[in-house]
Amino acid sequence: MTHFESNIDGLRQRLLAMASYAAQSIRNAVRAVVERDDELGRKVEEDDSILDDLEKSIDELAIQLLLRAPLARDLRLIMVATKVSHDLERVGDEATAIARRAQDLNREPQLKAPIDLPRMASMVTEMLAESLDAFITGDCTRARATIPRDKQVDALHKQLQSELTALIVQSPDNTTRCLNLMAISKRLERVGDHAKNIAEEVVYLHEATDIRHTQRVSIDNPSPVAPP
Amino acid sequence: MESHHLNPHRPARANPLPLRRARGLHPARALSTLFSGLTALATYLILAILLLILGHLIWAGRSVFDWRFLTTGTDADMFDIQTAGILPMVVGTTARVMVMTLFVMPAGIITALYLGEFTHAHSRLARLIRGAVNNLAGVPSIVFGLFGLGFFVAFVGGSLDEVFGGPGVEPKWGKPCLLWASLTLAVMTLPVVIVATEESIRAIPSSLREASFALGATRLQTIRRVILPQAMPGILTGGILAIGRAAGEVAPILFTGAAYYMARLPHSPTDQFMDLGYHAFILATQSQSIESIQPILFATVLTLLLLTLALSIVAMFIRAQIPRAHDAPM
Amino acid sequence: METSSPILPQATTSRPDGPTALIQARNVSVRFGTTQALRKVSLDLAERHVTAFIGPSGCGKSTLLRCFNRMNELIDISFTEGTIHLADTEIHHPDVDVIELRKRVGMVFQKSNPFPKSIYENVAYGLRLHGTRDRKILNEIVESSLRSAALWDEVKDRLHESALGLSGGQQQRLCIARAIAIRPQVILMDEPASALDPTATMRIEELVLDLRKDYTIVIVTHNMHQATRISDYTAFFYQGELIEFDATSRIFANPAKKQTEDYVTGRFG
Repeated sequence: MTHFESNIDGLRQRLLAMASYAAQSIRNAVRAVVERDDELGRKVEEDDSILDDLEKSIDELAIQLLLRAPLARDLRLIMVATKVSHDLERVGDEATAIARRAQDLNREPQLKAPIDLPRMASMVTEMLAESLDAFITGDCTRARATIPRDKQVDALHKQLQSELTALIVQSPDNTTRCLNLMAISKRLERVGDHAKNIAEEVVYLHEATDIRHTQRVSIDNPSPVAPP
Repeated sequence: MESHHLNPHRPARANPLPLRRARGLHPARALSTLFSGLTALATYLILAILLLILGHLIWAGRSVFDWRFLTTGTDADMFDIQTAGILPMVVGTTARVMVMTLFVMPAGIITALYLGEFTHAHSRLARLIRGAVNNLAGVPSIVFGLFGLGFFVAFVGGSLDEVFGGPGVEPKWGKPCLLWASLTLAVMTLPVVIVATEESIRAIPSSLREASFALGATRLQTIRRVILPQAMPGILTGGILAIGRAAGEVAPILFTGAAYYMARLPHSPTDQFMDLGYHAFILATQSQSIESIQPILFATVLTLLLLTLALSIVAMFIRAQIPRAHDAPM
Repeated sequence: METSSPILPQATTSRPDGPTALIQARNVSVRFGTTQALRKVSLDLAERHVTAFIGPSGCGKSTLLRCFNRMNELIDISFTEGTIHLADTEIHHPDVDVIELRKRVGMVFQKSNPFPKSIYENVAYGLRLHGTRDRKILNEIVESSLRSAALWDEVKDRLHESALGLSGGQQQRLCIARAIAIRPQVILMDEPASALDPTATMRIEELVLDLRKDYTIVIVTHNMHQATRISDYTAFFYQGELIEFDATSRIFANPAKKQTEDYVTGRFG
């Protein structure tokens, strides 16, 4: 393996590491909410710096690789790496925000209503995992399948919003807690958006097709044909 | 991506070879100096020999070598110091060298062009021709003289007489004369011109030929506009060498045109001529007393040397004009 | 003498006119003695575009280049098969005058080869070859060719000095001026900048981009990034075969064949 190839591989490895940290942070943040664990929440806040450092190191490595004027697949990898690392860093920020909200929630007694945040969390972490998988294996059908799922996440977020609004109307005591939960839901919805972006980048990497902003997709038609 | 800084705490590896010159004589260097000295010595030795010869000639011929000696001689007694003159010989030698040049240059250039442009350096035909040329160069001059007699004088000359004259007419072509002597000399010096020309043609990089062809030139156009102009210095060098060789040769002109004595200067190619080299031979062998003609002999040889030098200088001067030629439109 | 349908890939340049094929090579094979240098190569050269030939040493790209002006014929042991059409004339047809062909298809070589003559006489060489004698016309064409080659300002005061006194980059531009003086349709360039320093190389590349509007250019290069900078189409050769031929942006951003991808990313060759 040449120096260049091992550097390219290093870039790939860093991206993978970042992705797994980001997914882990989301899971931990939601667990901090559900299990009312302050300790876990603080851990999520601390771990955010790992993601920030990884993003910086990926950008540095990208510049150095670009100095070699790479072509084709290598060039696309570098472009994708900088964008994906940015998305993952945002995911980390969302996780931190959720963890803070968790700590706010823990100052009050638990809300007695089934709010299905865990389902939303597992949907978005699954989307991240699928994109990651596609990145590693080059199998883009799964990445493409991820993209319409963002609509489902959006729908779930809307549903949670109306449930929480109803709870506030029901009893003003719930207000603070419900607002916090709404915020958390919003954050998770954004994570879904980031996961969709990552999936689109992965498709570009492997197929050199830019499918951003051109999808006309409905939930019934999960694998559209993108216009050329 | 680590940076590499020199570790200040670890010194560079000590240099094993001392820089200072060792005391005493270094054998390799001494040998080299000795060799340089030997080559200089050889050069000076040759120069010294040359000067010695020239000096001897000048000294021995000084009593005879004057303006009168050089500009008269057609009616004089050749063996008398007071009246001897070598103008006819100077004219004869110059004439035969120039006529030879007229024949040998075109023939040599065309042959060399064929060898250099139309054959591969190592093709069988090229090697055959080159072998023939080399053999020609090794033939003794007297053989050329006999060849000239048999071929040019007898065969060509005789045939011309038959064609133009009739039987019984005084032979005009079939006798020794300037034309046949010059042609004989041309045949003799042909190898020199061919070799020099072919070398300079082959020295021209093929990239120039390619450039010319790529612009749509024919072979002839390329030869005329690129090859010949660039080979010209080498070609002229060949000419200079030919002149130098031919001016001093006596054997080839012995039977083909040189005369013991002629009352007047040659004025047509079918005339015989007197010659400096041949005259020296005559003086040395035909005189009554060698001592009396010795000054004339040395003066004659000196004149030959100076004439050869003069002809060569003229040719070198022409050659030196060449670098300016590339400005002129072809 | 009909031409076959074009093998011209879709251009991705911003030029509005669709490219037409000026030269069409079909099943061109070249052999030198027993060595096969090219195997059944077919491609089109788009008029007034730049096409680059890339590939490792010995892949046949220079051999194909030299087919277009029949320079391979200068080598005794060469055998060429297949057809090459310039517009609608097959260039190997017995009626075709190879001198005329070379007037239309000019060539610039890897190592610049100006004649040991003056700058003026170098550029005028081709014109004089083909009969132009009028001094005024010669002066005009020499000046315009040197201007087109971005050399006029540097040499206008020393036109009658020897061409060999110029720097390497200047000599190469002089060779380009010499080639365009006879107004060819096509200019073939065999690694024209490989012997030059980066600044001189850049000037040659700028020149190629300028010349593109009037001439059809084919450039053989071993420098892939040069191909990305100046060519519209790129053909990748390997061991005498044409592996891939497409618009430059596609070849270098997303090649179709793995071999091309491996070469372009430096994984071999």
